[in-house]
This record gives sequence, C-alpha cells and structure tokens, in this order.
Amino acid sequence: MRLTIPEHEIMTPGHLACQGCGGSLGMRYALKVFGKNTMLSIPACCWAVIDGPFPYTSVNVPLFHTAFETAAIMASGIKAGLMVQGKDTTNVIAWAGDGGTFDIGLQAISGAAERNDDITYIVYDNEAYMNTGIQRSSATPHGAWTTTTPVKHYKKGPKKNMVEIMAAHRIPYTATASVGYPEDFCKKLEKAKNTKGFKFLHLLAPCPTGWKYDPRYTIKLAKLAVQTNYFPLYEIIDGIHYKQTMKVKERKPIKEYLKYQGRFKHLHEDEVQFFQDFIDENYGILRTKLE
Amino acid sequence: MVIKFQNNDKPVRITGAKDMPPMPAALGSMRQNKTGSWRNVRPVIDYDKCIKCFICWKFCPEPAIKIVDELPVIDYDYCKGCLMCAEECPKDAIGFEKEGK
Ligand SMILES: Cc1ncc(C[n+]2csc(CCOP(=O)(O)OP(=O)(O)O)c2C)c(N)n1
Ligand code: SF4
Ligand code: SF4
Ligand code: SF4
Ligand SMILES: [Mg+2]
Repeated sequence: MRLTIPEHEIMTPGHLACQGCGGSLGMRYALKVFGKNTMLSIPACCWAVIDGPFPYTSVNVPLFHTAFETAAIMASGIKAGLMVQGKDTTNVIAWAGDGGTFDIGLQAISGAAERNDDITYIVYDNEAYMNTGIQRSSATPHGAWTTTTPVKHYKKGPKKNMVEIMAAHRIPYTATASVGYPEDFCKKLEKAKNTKGFKFLHLLAPCPTGWKYDPRYTIKLAKLAVQTNYFPLYEIIDGIHYKQTMKVKERKPIKEYLKYQGRFKHLHEDEVQFFQDFIDENYGILRTKLE
Repeated sequence: MVIKFQNNDKPVRITGAKDMPPMPAALGSMRQNKTGSWRNVRPVIDYDKCIKCFICWKFCPEPAIKIVDELPVIDYDYCKGCLMCAEECPKDAIGFEKEGK
C-alpha cells in the first residue's frame, strides 16, 4: 500500500461543513502534517461553525475561537504565551477565510508578518464571505456573481494579490496551494512547520455552496484552477526567491474552469475573453519572477 | 482540575455545574454527530474494479473513507454523499444509488 500523504487522521468526521467542502479538506491535510502538538486560532468564518458547537470539536487540537479581524494577532499571542511557558515546540496556526485575511484581518496579519512572529498563517480561500451568505470579498474574482454583486452588477476588478502583499513583508516563507494537489500542499505545510518566523499559505478551497456547482467537482475545480493558470502553484522564499512547484505544460482555457460554476453562468464570450487575457497577463508577470 | 476529552461517538452529558469545565473547552468529539443522515446518494465501491490507489481516501473531506485491511471502506455513519470519491476514482469503481427514505 502506497499513500502519497500521511495516513493518520487528526480531524474527525461528524463536522458541519457542507457536502464537498474544500475548506474542510484543507484542514484535514493541514492537521495531518502539523500533528497533535498544534494550536489553532480561528476567527469568524465557515470554520468557526464547521468545528462544531460547544462542548464538541472535530479538530482534536486546542482551537481558540477569535474575533473576525484577529486571527493573526491571536496566534501571535498564543505563541508568546507558549514561549513563556517553555513550550517552544508547539506549532501555532492562524486559520482564516479570505474575508478575515484579505479584508478585515489585513492589518493584524501585516503586523504579525512585520514582527516575523513564529506562526503559520493559512487562508482557505473560497473567494467570498460564505459563512454569512456569499457576499463578495476582495478575493472574489472578476466576473463572479455573489449576493452583493448580483448578475447585473457582477464583481468588477481583479482579485487582490495577497501573496505579493505578504512577500513584500520579506517573510521567510510564502506559498500558494490547492486542495486538488494535496501532495504539493503537504510539502509546503512541512516546510512551513520547519521554518522559523512568519509563514503564509494561500490555499484555494472550492466551495460548492457559494460557487454554485455540484459538490462532486470540488477536486476537479481545484485542479482546473491550477491547470488554467488561474491559480498557479508556487512558493517564495524570503519574499524574493520565486519557485514554481507545479509546472503547467499547456494551460487549459479558462472556459473549462468557469463552465462548471453557476457564479460565472452569466458571462458572455467577450467577458470570458477578458478573463482569459487577464489570466495570461497575470501569469506573464509571475513568469518574469520565477527562478 | 483535569478536563477529560472524550474522543468517541457518544454525546457529552452535562447534568449540572459539576460537569462543566472551568474554562470554555471542548469535552467531546463531533463523532457523536452522524452526518450520514445528510446523504441523498450512497456511493458504493465495486471491489472487483478497485486497484487500491486510495485516491478516494485521499480526497474525502469528512474523512469518511477508512483503510481496512488495505482496502478503502466507506463509513456510512459519516459519508455525506458528495460523490467527490466517485468523480476522482480513476477506475470508475465507485457507483452510487439513491438513498432510501
Ligand atoms: C467585526 C465583524 N464583522 C462582521 C462579522 C460577521 N461575519 C462573520 S463570518 C463573516 C464572513 C467570513 O468570510 P470569510 O473570512 O471569507 O470566511 P468564510 O465564511 O468564507 O469561510 C462575517 C462577515 C463578524 N463576525 N465580525
Ligand atoms: S459554505 Fe462553502 S466553505 Fe462554507 S462550509 Fe459550505 S462548502 Fe465549506
Ligand atoms: S479511487 Fe477507486 S480504485 Fe482507487 S482505491 Fe478508491 S475505489 Fe479503489
Ligand atoms: S461521497 Fe463524499 S463523503 Fe462520502 S465517501 Fe465519497 S468523498 Fe467521502
Ligand atoms: Mg471566504
């Protein structure tokens, strides 16, 4: 028997995520690699609900529920407290949604990153505020429907480039990952676990409920996002050394990715072409930085 | 006081103040929540077709696929019926049937 990711499970079934939730799969992988000697800081987001109501948990490690904007600062505080107690080896993960990271939590992350606090920040990006009913965030891609960007006024403007913002802090480790490529994600988790200082992982986590697709396609979409260059997989060491961890030989047209998702159903040919051009341009910029 | 965590599928019984932890802390596991009841469709593995690649196990978000004697086994107490396993199985070894009731 050959398994490509660690066999043992820390997260238990029985949790409250929707069928086919990419975010719950991401946590399963993260805990496999980080292990029992880990503490989580989770702000308001789907995961604050997924874990289960008091007195229950599904993560099986200490989880601190914190306010929407405070995932990073709470993780820094937990780490500082552990250090004072001499528990230097305990890993601390801030695990937050895109709203809690790209939007309201931005100043707290920036502070923790600038201080180079020894924590791992993982954003599971489902590209909107899902927990409160699918409102747009600054991680929502151009063209997408959400309840606050209805079809007639779909989201205009690109997704905020959070990875570049984090790299600009010159933190030791920044990476993108997708739940469709768990081996790659686990390698990056391993690196984050073994690196001192502030680590940032941007995990694409498809959400059938918010993206309006059949839950069976979660992995398909998580892979297509990479294969279309919409979400390239790469890592950045010390904020300057870029390395692509998954090379895409021939990128697939973005249409392949969009067609499964109800949130893009309204887009016409020319709007899809605009999307395609934007992706190609973006990827071109990234390519100039790759080593 | 030591907080006792129960990692089993039994609900926690809080009968009074004496059973409460001194600080907000989890006492029990979400295993007591049998999410199998959410399921509309039931994935079924055809072991004649299965090549034991464990791709289904790898991608189950619950996780509700266990490895028993080197075979993938679906735990219907928890499987929510998302069919990600069926979609990703390279041998089409996972079919599905409508859930009764
Ligand atoms: C200060 C504050 N504003 C608003 C809310 C309400 N709220 C809770 S979760 C949430 C959205 C979370 O979105 P995201 O971080 O993307 O996580 P997701 O739910 O998508 O997993 C909002 C707006 C809150 N809890 N606190
Ligand atoms: S709304 Fe999306 S991210 Fe939230 S639990 Fe459901 S599938 Fe997961
Ligand atoms: S994915 Fe299919 S072939 Fe592979 S172990 Fe699962 S059932 Fe068997
Ligand atoms: S249908 Fe979904 S929940 Fe059920 S075993 Fe397959 S992947 Fe897991
Ligand atoms: Mg979100």
